[in-house]
Amino acid sequence: MNENVMAELGELAGRYPQARSALQPMLHLIQASEGCVTNEGIEVCAEILGLSAAEVSGVATFHTMYKRRPIGDYHVGVCTNTLCAVMGGDAIFDRLKDHLDVGNDETTEDGKITLEHIECNAACDFSPVMMVNWEFFDNQTPDSAVDVVEDLRAGKKVCATRGATITTWREAERVLAGFEDGLVDEGPAAAGASLAGLRIAQEKGWRAPKAVTDADATEDVEND
Amino acid sequence: MTDLLTPALTADWGNDRAWTLPAYKSAGGYKALTKAFAMNPDDLITLVKDSGLRGRGGAGFPTGMKWSFIPQGDGKPHYLVVNADESEPGTCKDIPLMMATPHTLIEGVIIASYAIRAEKAFIYVRGEALHVVRRLRAAAREAYAAGHLGKDIHGSGINLDLVIHAGAGAYICGEETALLDSLEGRRGQPRLRPPFPAVEGLYACPTVINNVESIASVPSIVGRGVDWFASMGTEKSKGMTIYSLSGHVKSPGQYEAPLGISLRELLDVGGGMRDGSELKFWTPGGSSTPILTGEHLDIPLDYEGVGAAGSMLGTKALQVFDQTTSVVRCVLRWTEFYKHESCGKCTPCREGTWWLAQTLERLDKGEGHAGDIELLLDVCDNILGRAFCALGDGATSPITSAIKYFRDEFEAGMHTASSELFPPAASTLFTEPAVGGGRA
Repeated sequence: MNENVMAELGELAGRYPQARSALQPMLHLIQASEGCVTNEGIEVCAEILGLSAAEVSGVATFHTMYKRRPIGDYHVGVCTNTLCAVMGGDAIFDRLKDHLDVGNDETTEDGKITLEHIECNAACDFSPVMMVNWEFFDNQTPDSAVDVVEDLRAGKKVCATRGATITTWREAERVLAGFEDGLVDEGPAAAGASLAGLRIAQEKGWRAPKAVTDADATEDVEND
Repeated sequence: MTDLLTPALTADWGNDRAWTLPAYKSAGGYKALTKAFAMNPDDLITLVKDSGLRGRGGAGFPTGMKWSFIPQGDGKPHYLVVNADESEPGTCKDIPLMMATPHTLIEGVIIASYAIRAEKAFIYVRGEALHVVRRLRAAAREAYAAGHLGKDIHGSGINLDLVIHAGAGAYICGEETALLDSLEGRRGQPRLRPPFPAVEGLYACPTVINNVESIASVPSIVGRGVDWFASMGTEKSKGMTIYSLSGHVKSPGQYEAPLGISLRELLDVGGGMRDGSELKFWTPGGSSTPILTGEHLDIPLDYEGVGAAGSMLGTKALQVFDQTTSVVRCVLRWTEFYKHESCGKCTPCREGTWWLAQTLERLDKGEGHAGDIELLLDVCDNILGRAFCALGDGATSPITSAIKYFRDEFEAGMHTASSELFPPAASTLFTEPAVGGGRA
């Protein structure tokens, strides 16, 4: 493993009162660097944290985001938890399996796309939901999902519906590990369904009450 | 009388670059922090207690009370941990909040840490939301640069270090003690209580664990006052909260309203069900809260009202399903989720969810055995109250409530597949040719 990665693993360990707390970020960084959680990666983490390989492995195998074999440049997750499944997630997942000729948790022959069905990703108001490298693709249909994966395979620029330009899965893992990538200012603050209630309130002139104790109302000035 | 919708937490979500510090400040942000620092920490705890704020992550425990359980002057470090592992099926309020206005949460973190005398705080955010992690990291960086975080904050002598910690996918890590184990670098499995986290939490030190929305509510309570907060909501369920409407409705989305609004009122405001839809069943607060039906449209959606109807307010995740939807299919899918997410620590949950899924699979296929409904209820009875944590209890909720209201559909599972009774294509938001239908 290269020296920079070793240094960054050490840096992550230093962010916590007890170094072992850094294990999750460290495993994300291993994925960013090695393409998955490799045996070497497990041993390096164990070495740095003074743990056994079994203890590290126990965590690496506990979580769905950690992969033990290399995955594609783009991880495509289709929510098939109940609500999304009913609203169309099952049909989207079936279509993508068919279109990409892969099964669940399998990678296309060109090494570009790994397809997986995922659990609820906290965007139910945008159902059916698909994630690419853990960025939101809201309100999908089988056709739109196929378009997204085709654009990704063709190397076109693809943007999340609420989020940034799609990078590679490994670059995304690096951000999750704890290193910023400069894309924070892309995408909206909120969009679509997130603003449904707010927009109605604005139309109707509804608002939270004014502060009762005027002298203490530090925020009310701005709201009036 | 308050308005039907009362945007406070969501009020600035539509603002230009709302996630940045300048935008947050120009909307009045970080003024509550100044006010909080002028107060005694104990008075701050009392204030949050008096506000009546209850945990917005599902259990509804009074937030100020949780804070007051932290022993003071004990010589140990104290920790604040924000549970941002939003994973309960149907729940989708914290993720948009952190994406749009992460500083609301960070200001709340600083105030709460000051109150409980913590010098280290963590936001444990689920890893499957990359852009949210970006926004949180950037907001923390901005807050450090502005002197809101770090050593001797604004010359107050108060120190606070904040770590944004991205998880790696596991529903159980939203259970507060499992979250602590995960944050300590272990497998995320729940701990035996007592000792409670307030006494022995992170690194066996006093720890407060609060949901994102709970902590994000704190700046507005401190800034606008207890009376302001209590002017919304019901007697025992105070304040505004974010309801998440999803499913077969015309306008799914986030609706911030005083606690106690009804689903009928929310649907009226949002244009009702989608065209041609009739409400069949819904969850009041995620999949772990027993389902309700059309007869419950008028119950007040507060902690007491939903409890009295035999369910729980939970996370206020209102998943609405119409007449095209098979209850058996839905319950099977939820059960598969719990089976997948069971951490394996305790037998009733690990084995029970497996048996439940197996039994439901045959009912879904129309191949149920005589006695399967009784078997489901018996297995649920052996999980509920006997599992190590609330995941096991939650797994039984959809099953027992669905059998209560839709027993005939489970009976039909003895001979007819759910897909025949309720063709899945009719439930989707789009018209899709039959799957596998002649695609090259």
